[in-house]
Amino acid sequence: MNKDLHKELTYITNVINKHPKNYQVWHHRRVIVERLQDPGRELDFTASILQDDAKNYHAWQHRQWVIREFDLWDNELGYVEKLLRDDLRNNSAWNQRYFVVNHTTGFTDDVIEREISVLLDRQLQNYPSVLAFCQQLYEDRYRSPYLMAYMIDTYEEMLEQESDDRAATLKKAEQLCNALADEYDQIRGEYWNYVARSLTSRYGSQTNTVEQEVS
Amino acid sequence: MELHTFRCCDSSFEEKNKFNDDKNQTLSSEEQIEVEESVKKQYTHFKHRLEIDHECILPVLDREMHSAFLQKGLSNLSSSYECLDASRPWLCYWILHSLELLDEPLSDETISQVAKFLGKCQCETGGFAGGPGQHAHLAPTYAAVNALCILGTEEAFRIIDRGAYCAASAARLTNIMTPELFDGTPEWIVRCQTYEGGFAGCPGMEAHGGYSFCGLAALTLLNKTNLCDVKNVLMRYEGGFQGRTNKLVDGCYSFWQGGAFPLIHMILTMHSTKDDSSLSAESWLFHQKALQEYVLVCCQYPGGGLIDKPGSGLSIAQHFAGGKLSHVLNIGHENNIVRPTHPVYNVCVDKVVHADMFFKQLPPPKSASKSPNT
Repeated sequence: MNKDLHKELTYITNVINKHPKNYQVWHHRRVIVERLQDPGRELDFTASILQDDAKNYHAWQHRQWVIREFDLWDNELGYVEKLLRDDLRNNSAWNQRYFVVNHTTGFTDDVIEREISVLLDRQLQNYPSVLAFCQQLYEDRYRSPYLMAYMIDTYEEMLEQESDDRAATLKKAEQLCNALADEYDQIRGEYWNYVARSLTSRYGSQTNTVEQEVS
Repeated sequence: MELHTFRCCDSSFEEKNKFNDDKNQTLSSEEQIEVEESVKKQYTHFKHRLEIDHECILPVLDREMHSAFLQKGLSNLSSSYECLDASRPWLCYWILHSLELLDEPLSDETISQVAKFLGKCQCETGGFAGGPGQHAHLAPTYAAVNALCILGTEEAFRIIDRGAYCAASAARLTNIMTPELFDGTPEWIVRCQTYEGGFAGCPGMEAHGGYSFCGLAALTLLNKTNLCDVKNVLMRYEGGFQGRTNKLVDGCYSFWQGGAFPLIHMILTMHSTKDDSSLSAESWLFHQKALQEYVLVCCQYPGGGLIDKPGSGLSIAQHFAGGKLSHVLNIGHENNIVRPTHPVYNVCVDKVVHADMFFKQLPPPKSASKSPNT
């Protein structure tokens, strides 16, 4: 029976190579590997599919199943790093990075430090917080929607935690929302206007009188 | 329509929205720039046509061509559809739903033929398969039940053997939902939500537009909506949606992503307080005009049918999902308005009501039907 299964694995390899985005062929491969209980060819095979299309959802799903089922975590972070060197924008690779860290070391303080240093250059060490770094970028006229969205998220957290100077924080968040809706991220205008209204609705009443005085 | 009312005709459109690769070229950015160039050609061509559009009817949804494409597909598809041999109820559903959106009637004969075919896809063990003689599976079951509800005749309803396993949508529509049937399901769905906020096909995988819609709709049907931070992935330049971060625009995501917004609106409304008026009463949380411009200007295949992006081949699936334009806001001629669809079941509202009335007469099964693990 096993001999037939190995032949079947070779057969399905050929079919997947011709139709890498078909659900049924990948399901068939998984059934064979499960019966064989042999993941020996799987990491190389999925890597070869990802070589042609680094974001093929079926390939990633099969790869994740193999790694989880047969405990093949050891070299995966290295593989992810290679893909990110090829294309830093490959979101599937970033997702795989999260998947590996989550299931191995977990997000301990050390690991988080390491992940941050992977993402940013060393300048960050000069700032007391990530927010301070972002605020500096903003002052230096950087207008990336991702930067501004991150700052809004941080301000929202600060408002939730009732930190000092709520009125000022709320105003900064609203200004960023308006700038995004009107200018820097118009396509998401409806969303940013909603965020601004929602923040005002939740945190504005305590700060209303201050707002009126300021304006 | 005058030039200035179209987003893609605005003078600052290029400058504001073009992709900036920050001098860091990768395959993702190269592909994105290529697609934007191709879309730019479509928008430029559109602008030229507008100049001589004295009756202000552009853009036009080519209903006749699309209907012809769909009607033909119901009886005959080319050999390139072999890859969907295990998804034939899907093809029925996609075509039938597209035709109902366009308000195209079907002959009694066609209705009966499709119903009989779907009947042949049903399995003795329960549920529907991808084709006659195949194993039953939840996905074609969903599609077959929806397709039969669109057909809406008593013959179609009676084909559904409610005895065995169905997914949440099929279960609700046919009135066989019991608490045991979906015990543990909402918790599993929530495990599929990723750090990005969207849902994946299974825990651990990347957030994806298609699964995000399914996750949200399923949680809605099961009355277990948690407030998900479903990030808006509307593409800045093209106007359409992408399916995943840093991937390309695709007309089909007009449905998977766009269709999620009415659900999000509903969830946010449920979770807000009485005095909270943050939610707009006039539009969904995305740029509806931009999406319509993208689909109508860039995604109509000249011979009929909708495509994923300029230069792509025709596909029934792309057509189905791309056709779900908002029935409230429309651009161009008023003929572009399509019929409204139920945001959870993806079948036109009148058909949902009709099916609901039929199945409510029948009692739910006495014992819980557990679905075999797939």
